[in-house]
Amino acid sequence: MRVQDFELLSTLLKKRSGLVLSEDKSYLLETRLMPVARKHALKGLEELCEVVRVKRDEAVISDITEAMTTNETLFFRDTRPFDMFRDHLIPNLLEKRQSSRRIRIWCAACSGGQEPYSLAMILKEMQAKLSGWRVEIMATDISVEMLDKAKSGLYTQFEVQRGLPITLLVKYFKQNGDKWQLDSGIRSMVQFRPFNLMENPRSLGEFDIVFCRNVLIYFDQDTKKMVLDNVAKMMPKDGALFLGGAETVLGVTDSFKPVTGRRGLYQRGDGDVGI
Amino acid sequence: MKTCLVVDDSRVIRMVARKILEELNFNVVEAEDGQQALNACKDSMPECVLLDWNMPNMNGLEFMLEMRKLPTGQDVIVVFCTTENDMDHIQEAVAAGANEYIMKPFDSEIIQSKFTQVGLI
Repeated sequence: MRVQDFELLSTLLKKRSGLVLSEDKSYLLETRLMPVARKHALKGLEELCEVVRVKRDEAVISDITEAMTTNETLFFRDTRPFDMFRDHLIPNLLEKRQSSRRIRIWCAACSGGQEPYSLAMILKEMQAKLSGWRVEIMATDISVEMLDKAKSGLYTQFEVQRGLPITLLVKYFKQNGDKWQLDSGIRSMVQFRPFNLMENPRSLGEFDIVFCRNVLIYFDQDTKKMVLDNVAKMMPKDGALFLGGAETVLGVTDSFKPVTGRRGLYQRGDGDVGI
Repeated sequence: MKTCLVVDDSRVIRMVARKILEELNFNVVEAEDGQQALNACKDSMPECVLLDWNMPNMNGLEFMLEMRKLPTGQDVIVVFCTTENDMDHIQEAVAAGANEYIMKPFDSEIIQSKFTQVGLI
């Protein structure tokens, strides 16, 4: 890949999505952007870059951003955050939110929908305790393509075998040809919306629990801080934030601090999640 | 080290499963069918079984039901691993006491994911 092409694409991706691409990851550009070039009937990456450079073709730029920011995920990824959600955070909120009887959850980079749907299945299993409560799951992603996939609730055999217990497959999925269709009742529990973490999320409202896992790793320090500071402003003092296993707030911002003994869970710097 | 009994009439599948499970630090014992597997369990009960469905002599479901009757047979974690990929078979296996179910083809990631879910890893 030509140096000027790498620079063009890395600058574009940083600006559009916050994604920071080091030169040792240039192979990712080649593997992920060749299908984009083919889609637009271009011969290869050099021609793709020329279209970006000269024509500033928005459709091409949008496809490039989508291709580079689409990340794999799985149901109940890492297990523990979901155990904490079910066993500690929700019971805690059921006590604290007695007056409003409302809980809001945000999956900030929901990709194919496995994370918000995992939460929805947990909540469905707890429905007796949640009777009379309004629990909202908002799921956002920068990629419109991934949001469409997430909304469809249609998964491959490979996808339903990664993280999803067989009992939940039996309970909440139906076989549809060679795919597996998630039950409409679970799908309707999640609201999907396109959202770029580079923007201010104020319009989304306040959230008691935020999942923002395995996204910050792609950002530089300044962007991480900006995203975390924005998220902190959208949470009450007892709000909870989940980050991915390889992510931390330490050395990035004081707007969050880790919850002792709960790996991956953070609370506001001036707050207390209370578990 | 936990022992996993791999039951499959395909030598290739047993070989692939052995390689994956050994990398996950399991001691692997093999059986070609349900009857051989039952004999192996009578000799020494494994912690878990990776179990095909369609096999000569005794199929996977029949094996699981017989194995469950043996002393400590209830404690064994059974993960089906089969080409029977339809909901009816999955429901039948789960209702009969299977702990997890892998639809072939599988890879190391799926085995690791399923074994983690049932607490073997």
